[in-house]
Amino acid sequence: MESKSKSKNRREFIQSGVRLSLALALGSVSGLALSRSIKDDYVWQIDPFECTQCGRCATDCVMTPSAVKCVHAYDLCGYCDLCGGYFKPDANELTTAAENQLCPTAAIERKFIEEPYFEYIINEDLCIGCAKCVKGCTSFGNGSLHLQIIHDICLNCNDCSIARVCPSDAIKRVKATEAYNIKGDFTENPES
Amino acid sequence: MKRKLLYIFLTFIFCITALTSYSQQQRFPKPEFSSGYEQPDVVTPEPRSGGFEYLDVAVLLVVLSLAAWFALRKRSRQGILWLSVFTLVYFGFYRNGCICSVGSFQNITLSFFDAGYSVSISTLLFFLLPLIFALFFGRVFCAGACPLGAIQDLLIVKPLSLPKWLNKTLGLIPYIYLALAVLFAATGTDFIVCRYDPFVGIFRMDAKFHMIVLGISFLLMGMFVARPYCRFLCPYGVLLSWMSRFSKWHLTITPSLCIKCKLCTTSCPFDAIDFPVNEKEIVQSGPGTKKFIVYAMLIPLWIVAGAFVGERSHLYLSRANQNVYLAELLISDPEIKNDPDNIDVQTFLESGKTMETLVEEAEVMRGQFKTGSMIAGGFIGLVIGLTLINTTVFRKRQDYVPHRGNCLSCGRCMDYCPVEK
Ligand code: SF4
Ligand code: SF4
Ligand code: SF4
Ligand code: SF4
Repeated sequence: MESKSKSKNRREFIQSGVRLSLALALGSVSGLALSRSIKDDYVWQIDPFECTQCGRCATDCVMTPSAVKCVHAYDLCGYCDLCGGYFKPDANELTTAAENQLCPTAAIERKFIEEPYFEYIINEDLCIGCAKCVKGCTSFGNGSLHLQIIHDICLNCNDCSIARVCPSDAIKRVKATEAYNIKGDFTENPES
Repeated sequence: MKRKLLYIFLTFIFCITALTSYSQQQRFPKPEFSSGYEQPDVVTPEPRSGGFEYLDVAVLLVVLSLAAWFALRKRSRQGILWLSVFTLVYFGFYRNGCICSVGSFQNITLSFFDAGYSVSISTLLFFLLPLIFALFFGRVFCAGACPLGAIQDLLIVKPLSLPKWLNKTLGLIPYIYLALAVLFAATGTDFIVCRYDPFVGIFRMDAKFHMIVLGISFLLMGMFVARPYCRFLCPYGVLLSWMSRFSKWHLTITPSLCIKCKLCTTSCPFDAIDFPVNEKEIVQSGPGTKKFIVYAMLIPLWIVAGAFVGERSHLYLSRANQNVYLAELLISDPEIKNDPDNIDVQTFLESGKTMETLVEEAEVMRGQFKTGSMIAGGFIGLVIGLTLINTTVFRKRQDYVPHRGNCLSCGRCMDYCPVEK
């Protein structure tokens, strides 16, 4: 009987010893992680100055339609009649007819303001984030149309599936308190 | 002297103004409207974060505490069942399965290796809390707080018992998965546990077709092989089982003393109940010590073999990295530069990055993969060696008890025990 309780005691002793070391290991891992942690959370966002409008944002988000939408930095817009983001390069006439539009879902609304200016507004419910208009606007216009991840749609995946396939590494983690990279009135990245 | 300074100063100012005006240069200047047009604001909805992240942590803490209480104190399978339903609805369908504890170790790993990334405190807590609970109460996280576990648990229909050797062999897969996931996270390549999470697509009701198929086939399989992901894949389960093996308290099948009625033997769908071993059997199974010594001496061999396999496969593994993949593609098939449909190649060509920088980056990456794969391989070898040793060790056991590493604390077996408190 005595030897039994002795071996039991020994086993318990080893058990608690290992438990303690496991706890210490956990503690040091978390301590190390804590020293490199931030209170703020991360979200994913596109750097519009690095995006090359490849079109993967529309196809590779885990959401359908994508959580990436086109946004319009109005400060940059020239309010052109011949909008490079709205019309196909080979459009017959500058009307709102669907066959003239670059956007596959007709998500851009064109509105006359005053001669010769037109305003362009993105209907986010229709936008699929395909970047066609962005490409047009960046190549032929001021680049006021650009893509952003819209955060009430984005699930904030632990690993954004578009970020992984973005050929220009334009999608990065940003602090949740500064969740957008709106171009404002910059045609080039003000930080670089 | 003064004039010179002034001159320099003025040139400096001039340069700055010239630069800024350059950076704001637009092809088409913004018009001056005469009709009183007001430009709309850009709408930027805020992300769900800040306080809400901590709400999730609080919910996790409450669910874990309840699970521990139901499993160890209240001894109520019913309670655990309802807890899993809640977890499935809240962490699964409402929170869409992100962030979950299962993938969080990748964030921790990345924060160690990538100076530009730091982990948020809520993520750290998601990683830590279940492990701490496992260290004290066993794998109560798996019982009631894991959405992936919950969706499988609720769909168990007629669990089959697998032979022991199969259980043990398949049980090695999670270690391999863990090692690979750490490798990929450390090199900043990918979070494979998140990408190949079979159930997250179901929680979101939206995913690539093959992932939905994978998820559904796991669930169908899970009707007969209970919780297949938990037992044979989950890398976080490995960490939890390490903790649980040495936990301070653990769920017990019987509320007081086991009377060896054998009623509970078939109750566990996960083959996690250890049967009594009597001394006769130990003697019959031959001289375990001899085997033990041989296996123990084999361990270094296993490690070396593992490291060797790792070294052999590092080229293949490193291809998951974008830079390595691109560099290899461009070198092996220079013609691809003329393919206008290859977006990766075209973007690289347009970016102005030189081939030399790309190759250099890819080589650094490969080097990291080489070291990483060898470490991962060595680790897997060690695990195999230890698993073998474990087969030679017979511990005397008189009662029917849950295996501390494998028991998911689901509480099913408790209902089978006829012993009253
Ligand atoms: S994947 Fe990257 S480059 Fe392509 S459209 Fe999206 S942000 Fe732009
Ligand atoms: S984090 Fe997820 S939901 Fe958000 S943009 Fe990336 S893939 Fe889409
Ligand atoms: S084993 Fe993994 S997936 Fe299963 S319940 Fe536990 S943590 Fe969740
Ligand atoms: S509590 Fe553990 S031993 Fe009991 S049935 Fe559940 S997993 Fe099996």
